[in-house]
Amino acid sequence: MQMVPTRHLVRLGTAAALSLLAASNFAQSDSPSTLAPASTPAHQIFDLSVVVVAITGTIFLIVGGLLAIALYRFRTRKSDPVTEPAQIYGSTQIELAWTVIPLLIVVVLFLTTARVIFAIQDAPRPKSALDVTVIGHQFWWEFRYPKYGVVTANELHIPVSSGSVSEPTFLKLTSADVNHSFWVPRLAGKTDLIANHVNSMWMDPQKPGLYLGQCAQFCGSQHAMMLLRVYVDSPEQFDRWITAQQQPAPQDPAAAEGKRVFETQACINCHTVSGTAATGRFGPDLTHLMSRVTLASGAMDNTPANLRQWIKSPDTFKNGALMPAMQLSDRQLDEVTAYLETLK
Amino acid sequence: MSDYSLPVSAVIDPGTAASERGTFLERLHEWVVTVDHKRLGILYILYSTLFLLVAGAEALFIRLQLAYPHSHILSARVFNRFFTMHGTTMVFLVGMPFLFGFANYIVPLQIGARDMAFPRLNAFSFWLTAFGGLLLYYSFLGGAGLYGMGNAPDVGWFAYAPLTAKSFSPGHATDYWALALIVSGFGTLGTAINIVATVISMRCKGMTLMRMPLFTWLLLVVSMLTLVTITPLTAAQFMLLIDRYLGGHFFDTQAGGSSLVWIHFFWIFGHPEVYVLVLPAFAIANEIIPVFCRKAIFGYPAMVAASVAIMFVSLSVWAHHMFTVGMTSVSNAFFTLSTMLVGVPTGIKIFNWIATLWGGRIRFTTPMLFCIGFLFQFLIAGLTGIMLSVSPWDWQLHNSYFVIAHFHYVLVGAIVFCIFGGLYYWYPKATGHLMSETLGKWHFWLFAIGFHITFDTMHFLGLLGMPRSIYTYQPDRGWNFLNLVVSVGGLIQGIAVLLFAYNFIVSYWRGEVAGDDPWDAWTLEWATSSPPPPYNFEVLPEVHSRRPLWDAKHPDDPDWEYES
Repeated sequence: MQMVPTRHLVRLGTAAALSLLAASNFAQSDSPSTLAPASTPAHQIFDLSVVVVAITGTIFLIVGGLLAIALYRFRTRKSDPVTEPAQIYGSTQIELAWTVIPLLIVVVLFLTTARVIFAIQDAPRPKSALDVTVIGHQFWWEFRYPKYGVVTANELHIPVSSGSVSEPTFLKLTSADVNHSFWVPRLAGKTDLIANHVNSMWMDPQKPGLYLGQCAQFCGSQHAMMLLRVYVDSPEQFDRWITAQQQPAPQDPAAAEGKRVFETQACINCHTVSGTAATGRFGPDLTHLMSRVTLASGAMDNTPANLRQWIKSPDTFKNGALMPAMQLSDRQLDEVTAYLETLK
Repeated sequence: MSDYSLPVSAVIDPGTAASERGTFLERLHEWVVTVDHKRLGILYILYSTLFLLVAGAEALFIRLQLAYPHSHILSARVFNRFFTMHGTTMVFLVGMPFLFGFANYIVPLQIGARDMAFPRLNAFSFWLTAFGGLLLYYSFLGGAGLYGMGNAPDVGWFAYAPLTAKSFSPGHATDYWALALIVSGFGTLGTAINIVATVISMRCKGMTLMRMPLFTWLLLVVSMLTLVTITPLTAAQFMLLIDRYLGGHFFDTQAGGSSLVWIHFFWIFGHPEVYVLVLPAFAIANEIIPVFCRKAIFGYPAMVAASVAIMFVSLSVWAHHMFTVGMTSVSNAFFTLSTMLVGVPTGIKIFNWIATLWGGRIRFTTPMLFCIGFLFQFLIAGLTGIMLSVSPWDWQLHNSYFVIAHFHYVLVGAIVFCIFGGLYYWYPKATGHLMSETLGKWHFWLFAIGFHITFDTMHFLGLLGMPRSIYTYQPDRGWNFLNLVVSVGGLIQGIAVLLFAYNFIVSYWRGEVAGDDPWDAWTLEWATSSPPPPYNFEVLPEVHSRRPLWDAKHPDDPDWEYES
């Protein structure tokens, strides 16, 4: 009984330490961790968070410590007299002190925070910045590069912005249907995608690589499978990628039969393949489908077998996705898959 | 002043109780038609305990599904229904009814009244709330209309438009959600009005506002706040139904409506709602902590002032739920500041509780253990709240498991802990029997350990980038182990709650006989018999201080000599 307060504290401390250990152990390089910032806004937020943790942590140690001391020192002992302890009703001075001190802490915290709000949100847009429009859909991402005339889905390519070449990416975000939220923790905080409402955010990743994220605003049955991949390319890689994406869809005569099936089925109502009859905008642009590593917004790897199964029965991977099962025959499935496999 | 004495004898005619209990049906009928505030209080408590078990079971299914990646125990749709129902149930059918149950039972007793101001409105409000809950759960059967089975709401308890529009949420599940909240919302408003009227007009002789027990004070504040917060929610639900059935375009983005309008309406309700739930937890702690450390509450006027301050400040912080919707930097800064300011009156409360403990003789009974757990956890919850108020950091943490961890620290770590404390504390008053202390301590330690395993870990999942509301996750994200830990903690909490349920039921027959005043407490409810007779007090008491029973027990050193 008497050990209650100490045990409580020890347990709290151990739990926190263990979780921290676990957190650092499991934060692998491709984990979308906010603790491994790789872009200016994410860095600024991380640095701010360290200050906030230092202040709140100190408050916790002081107040929690006082509480623990009170519980330990003033526990009932066998030697206590049977009378009640002295009754103390309050003290204006002390109460004033613990009103004013928190107020001062709030002022400090607020000013520190306000600086970062304005630094990130009102950062000027340099001329060299890349613009990308992000449109959220149930349950996938549409990326449009207006300057280059490129449209792609689910896997965003942006240039690295390091050292001498500062080329941050500015996103304009909106939604085609319900609310979504664009969140790649290592690059920046999240911003919501809302229909009839254009938001913006920016990031300037300093190291090339793959950065993972996903939709962070519940958007319906397959919200969990609205994954997000951001490829940060070196300037040369990015130029190569953009040039490739600007090409019209390859025309491979070997896949002509598949193309015919594609163009005569309802596929074209929702999908675009440039240079063909397919101009739908409800689903992802497929012009360079094979340049993407995953299908269905990261629900599975982009392999021929997965692609065929996805066309045959989208529910296998993503029950609730808006793509219907097209009821194609096995032969049609093979042909369409073969055709899509040519869209490099 | 010396001519009064307490406790007052409560039972006019003790002979009638046992012999005239009637058949089971007669007694059931009595409970259904009752307008007695104590019976309605008990009905509220039983009703919310039942839903606590239901929503707890839903939480366990959620954790089972998330224990490992790519799990197929629940489908995406079923998972979405479960987390929607878990949240909606816990807020509207567990939190609110628990608070009104305590208010109903305790407030009239504490202010020396015979009943609430409007007993019939009281019964009407309870049954509205109860049928609201049943309507919500009926959606599991009737949500798909005539077409099929099983379709509970799956839009999240926040139900952001336009996901709730007919085109994205066909069927009737969302309608059940809106209607159930409208119906139970009217019940809530009725009870809130009733509590305000009762506290204002039914206090016994000598009980000025500044002599009211803090529990009653806080319930008065909560009830006034409820009147302001439930109304925008009800209005928004009507707008939603107009959109869905009468061709309205409030939230219909395809026709120029705005999702943000819903989000504003929801959080103008939703944030003060947090205080509606947490202030009663403070209220319970305000009763339990002084009694079990044998000292008067430290700084009573400051505690009252801080509660009223929280009420007002809480009305100006709602958009801290909206830092990511694209507000201007000035708005973000404003809501950062207003949110941080809530920390000041809340801090005063925590300091005053510590000062109350300081110099006391602390008895670690089960109710007190739960309140001590509350103090530690609420301290942490407040500090993580400060972290979330830092809007740039919130751009990272918003809608992540960090937020889930933070608000469960408030809702479970503070509110549920205090509810459990309050149940152990007032159970002997309502039943005449004490709950088992041994089982109670097992319950406390298991629940506290499970709680910390689950919710401490969730903070780190949030920092590692795991968003909320996802039915499964990818195995390569570094979240696997921590999720398993969270689920194990959930299971431990589940076992603890079952232990509590067993104790709660069995103690009714087997619990030690309590007597009128088992805790040696100081407020008026302990002056009458346990359980109190229907009329509460034979003679309405007259009080001269905040602790009338202290005065009666210490006639040589009464409180009124010191209170200003």
